[in-house]
Amino acid sequence: MTTELFIQYLMAGITYGSIYAIVAIGFNIIYNTTGIINFAQGEFVMFGGMIAISLLHFMPMPLAIALAVIITMVIGALIEICFIRWLKSPSVLRMIIITIGISILSREVAVHIWGESIRSLPYFVGNEISSIPVFGARISPQVLWVVAASALMVIFLGIFFRTTSIGREMRACASNRKAATLCGINTQNMVTLSFILSAGMGALAGCVMSPITYSQYDMGTGLAIKGFTVAILGGLGSSGGAVTAGILLGVIEAFSVSVVPLAFQDAISIAILLIILFVRPQGLFGSKEAAGLSEF
Amino acid sequence: MKKLLSVLPLLAVVIGVHLLTSATDTMYYLTQMTMSAYYSLLIIGLCVLMGYAGQISLGHAGFFAIGGYLSAALTTRSLVPYQDTALVNLLDSVGMILSGHDLYGEAMLVVSPWAACGIAVCTAALIAVIIGIPVLKLKGHYLAMATLGFGIIIYRVALALEYFGEADGISEVPPFPLLSGLTISGNFSDRIQNYYIAWGLLLIGMVLLLNLMDSRVGRALRGIHGSDEAAGAMGVNTSRFKLQTFVLSAVFAAIAGVCLTHYNGGIGPSEAGVMKSVRYVAIVAVGGMANLWGALLMGVVLNFLSLRGVFGSYDDAVFGLILILIMLFAPNGILSLNIRHRLKQLLRRGKQDREGEV
Repeated sequence: MTTELFIQYLMAGITYGSIYAIVAIGFNIIYNTTGIINFAQGEFVMFGGMIAISLLHFMPMPLAIALAVIITMVIGALIEICFIRWLKSPSVLRMIIITIGISILSREVAVHIWGESIRSLPYFVGNEISSIPVFGARISPQVLWVVAASALMVIFLGIFFRTTSIGREMRACASNRKAATLCGINTQNMVTLSFILSAGMGALAGCVMSPITYSQYDMGTGLAIKGFTVAILGGLGSSGGAVTAGILLGVIEAFSVSVVPLAFQDAISIAILLIILFVRPQGLFGSKEAAGLSEF
Repeated sequence: MKKLLSVLPLLAVVIGVHLLTSATDTMYYLTQMTMSAYYSLLIIGLCVLMGYAGQISLGHAGFFAIGGYLSAALTTRSLVPYQDTALVNLLDSVGMILSGHDLYGEAMLVVSPWAACGIAVCTAALIAVIIGIPVLKLKGHYLAMATLGFGIIIYRVALALEYFGEADGISEVPPFPLLSGLTISGNFSDRIQNYYIAWGLLLIGMVLLLNLMDSRVGRALRGIHGSDEAAGAMGVNTSRFKLQTFVLSAVFAAIAGVCLTHYNGGIGPSEAGVMKSVRYVAIVAVGGMANLWGALLMGVVLNFLSLRGVFGSYDDAVFGLILILIMLFAPNGILSLNIRHRLKQLLRRGKQDREGEV
């Protein structure tokens, strides 16, 4: 393999990897405050991309993306308020089935609004063939947008959780819900907020990735599985782990193309998921004790 | 024996439906009833796994597809290029190979349906053991994701391998002669016969499972559902029971897959899709999880409606909505709604009794 080809694969891996990382962080935010894995996480990404594409007819792109993110946040909040908020200590099995139902329903809504056609946003800068040379390899400027947007989101979340009072309340809710309630934190609102945050992040990821990966009504399931793989790989609940694991999975996937047929690419990441679940369910970076405490 | 009697009313209903359709000249309903019966066979197997043993599986369409695809491929794909290999000779010597001619008059060698069925079901059971040993150690979300991942891998394999027909699936699958005179096929003339074969299989499966759930095994499974640790402390070998149930339900799924594939004369990759697995879970949930009769009833009704095209292009949406509504408002199944009031009364009385004792 030549150096150029190596870098080309590497950049492709990092691009996909940072998207997986964002989806995984979306899982983590909701998991931390509720203990629920939201199987409809991938649908937020789909909604973000699709809504932005539709809004593009009426307004310039930055505005369309911003509005799409806000609309998806509202959808996230509505999902939480309608389906999750008023359930009192539901069993894990029940929550799994409800979020799966939500994901199916979102997908069906999308297919009846937008149809089965594959759409995409235009490139933010340049077009399909414009490229930037990096060490002899040529990469699309959109790749930089994806990586930059993902990095910004991670940094923003870090600042939000550490410095703002709402962020601190959410973290308190994550570490001990009962204690947080006793301190006067409205934990139910924190849960709604976590859905809003993860919906917004998913939507933004869906917009920036749309020019490269395209948007389609059924893109959610695949993304959710990969996001979940990354979340487990990095240790459920850990954002730093998710970034590392996301890029790791993206790179593995990109390089696997040179070894196995493209049709099996999805199967590879699922095989990684299964192996991780069997061998190290606490994740690559998680500790065994912490995993033992969580309710699985 | 008692269980046999409890199935008798169902048998009466089956015969009744046949007579009713023939009297009202709507025999075409029998086709969908036959298909629903096969799907229900899978669903009652899944019901034992989910409702009684408490282990969710989002990959059961995978086992259905393993059964269907293997049986279809073995009975359709000609073995002529491998004619002289040891394996084919071995199969031939035990009478598992059929020779014939294809549409263009060329010689064809295929595996006989009974042998193919056996191979398909055994493979499904074997894969269930291999997958089940590590997967069933997981719980909750992890178990759901792992089984979902398994289902997707099967779907991808079916879609990627030329042997399984890629996106087209396998068609022209020959009929499956069970005994002389009894054949699983989609022929118009065999419709009534097939209706009774399908329902006969379903009844046999039902009697087996009802008996199983009433035995030591059933009680152990319910114990596992209540609490893994408690059941283990009482001396129940939890991992073995879970694995056995998983394999049992996989075998049910594979048999359903084999029969339905021969009945339809083909199978496509959508049978292995995630949506199918989710649909089976939805039906078990609607039936009330640990309720074999509920699963059977809902399996037949919902599959029949879906196959008749009642839901139109909202087919998947209907099942998604059913999942959400049932889990939100009636987590014990739709059948529990009507008798909820009675149950509440019973509970209240039970509570009073207990308080009286204290």
